Amino acid sequence: MELITPGLGLIFWMTLAFLLLVYILGKFAWKPILQMLKERETSIHEALNAANQARDEMKLLQFSNEKLLQDAKNERDALLNEARKIREKMIEDARIKAGEEAARIVEAARASIQNEKMAAMTELKNQIAESSLTLAKFILKRELADPKRQEEYVQELIKEIKFN
Amino acid sequence: MTTIKINNHFLRRVFFCALLSFMMIGRIFASAQNQAETAPSTDSAMAHSEKSGGREEGKFNAGEMIMEHVVDNHEWHVAEIGTFKLTIPLPIILLYDGKLISFCSSRFHNESGSYLGFKLEKEGQHKGKIIRENEHENIAGAPKVYDFSITKTVLAILISAFLLILIFLSVARSYKRNEGKAPSGMQSLLEPIIIFIRDDIAKSSIGEKRYEKFMPFLLTTFFFIFFNNLFGLIPFFPGGANVTGNIAVTMVLAVFTFIITTINGNKHYWIDIINTPGVPWWLKFPIPLMPVVEIIGIITKPFVLMVRLFANITAGHIIVLGFVSLIFIFGSINLPLGLGVSVVSVAFMLFMNILELLVALIQAYVFTLLSALYFGLATVEPEHH
Repeated sequence: MELITPGLGLIFWMTLAFLLLVYILGKFAWKPILQMLKERETSIHEALNAANQARDEMKLLQFSNEKLLQDAKNERDALLNEARKIREKMIEDARIKAGEEAARIVEAARASIQNEKMAAMTELKNQIAESSLTLAKFILKRELADPKRQEEYVQELIKEIKFN
Repeated sequence: MTTIKINNHFLRRVFFCALLSFMMIGRIFASAQNQAETAPSTDSAMAHSEKSGGREEGKFNAGEMIMEHVVDNHEWHVAEIGTFKLTIPLPIILLYDGKLISFCSSRFHNESGSYLGFKLEKEGQHKGKIIRENEHENIAGAPKVYDFSITKTVLAILISAFLLILIFLSVARSYKRNEGKAPSGMQSLLEPIIIFIRDDIAKSSIGEKRYEKFMPFLLTTFFFIFFNNLFGLIPFFPGGANVTGNIAVTMVLAVFTFIITTINGNKHYWIDIINTPGVPWWLKFPIPLMPVVEIIGIITKPFVLMVRLFANITAGHIIVLGFVSLIFIFGSINLPLGLGVSVVSVAFMLFMNILELLVALIQAYVFTLLSALYFGLATVEPEHH
């Protein structure tokens, strides 16, 4: 019977001891332990998250690096193309200009040749006229005894000397 | 989990039956022989201390010896070697007639067996209780004796509480010291258990949001029960007291669970009890059958907690003590027979002790889990459909 009859004194001491135990352990053991466990779990969780994030960022960075490199390459190609085009254009321009210049020079030469020719012709004409006059003077001196004949002859001569 | 428990109960029942029949046989033999010579103590230290029980008339009484070891006591028998008894006297504290009276339990060891008008009853209905010397005279209106003594169980509770505080305060310190580092030593031994109680008992039964305020009680209950269960298995001095197998102790624990459940019960919990949903109205209206059943249920839950722990641990102790008794019962018939039986008994005791180690953990777990479930039921928020 004693086995299943709870004793008053024991109930009292057990209640007291257990309440004190819950209080002391609750305040000085469970609280810090649970808090530390929680903190540790949170920090592990955060560290894992941070690692994941870092990995993602790394991937992103790698991707952007590649993109940057590609961009640089593209730009270089574009620049080279541009330069090539400019060079070709410059050569072309220079060629055209040179052609024009040459044409202009040729034209000028031609004009000056023409001028020279004309001058030479004029001089030749003058010379011929002078020689003709001298010749005529000699002929006339001899031939132009008869004034009529002289006249005829001069006319005839002038007709003959026709410039082409 | 359930299968283990069923097996455990089953085994217990089988052993108990076997034990009872053995005890009956033993009694018959013992009374027939009437000359009880105890077998030489070839067993463990446990047997040494067990011998002290029930030999007053030179006869070995297994039932008396077992009861003496399972129930509370006003002094702590440590060992008995020959005629020398090593006993730790414990303080007696009595509240009598509005006065506190305190003295040492060894004062009762005199010829009359009484001190200051009180005596420790050795026989009959009040066996093991402290009563007035003239209790049997039945004086009307005589004040009652209230016994607040530091008994064996109280001392064991205090020792275990002290050790628990020592252990867990040092663990808490190592948490502070090892902040941000891996656990070490005692901390790494207890951490999985603490996390198990938090995650698999508290969080899963009470819920993520509300479990925190119940944690101190659940953790303390678990470790108090587990620790005292284990301590009860140690046969010599600081252990050996049947703390968790004492109905007063389990009652206090169960009453705490009951109080916490009742205090924290929300509207939903009480409505479910008074007006259980999903039950036909005629079970509630003229005769409030369901509410009565539910209210009985509130009481049964802690009652079952109390009985389960008490019965499991006490039964374990009784079985182990029964095997010890067998040695002396057979030894009193015939010495070589006692020696022969001792081999079998020790083997069974070893087996039982290993089983009890498992039971120590399981019962602590079950008590904590059920407490958490009751808290969970009391605090659950109604589901919105």
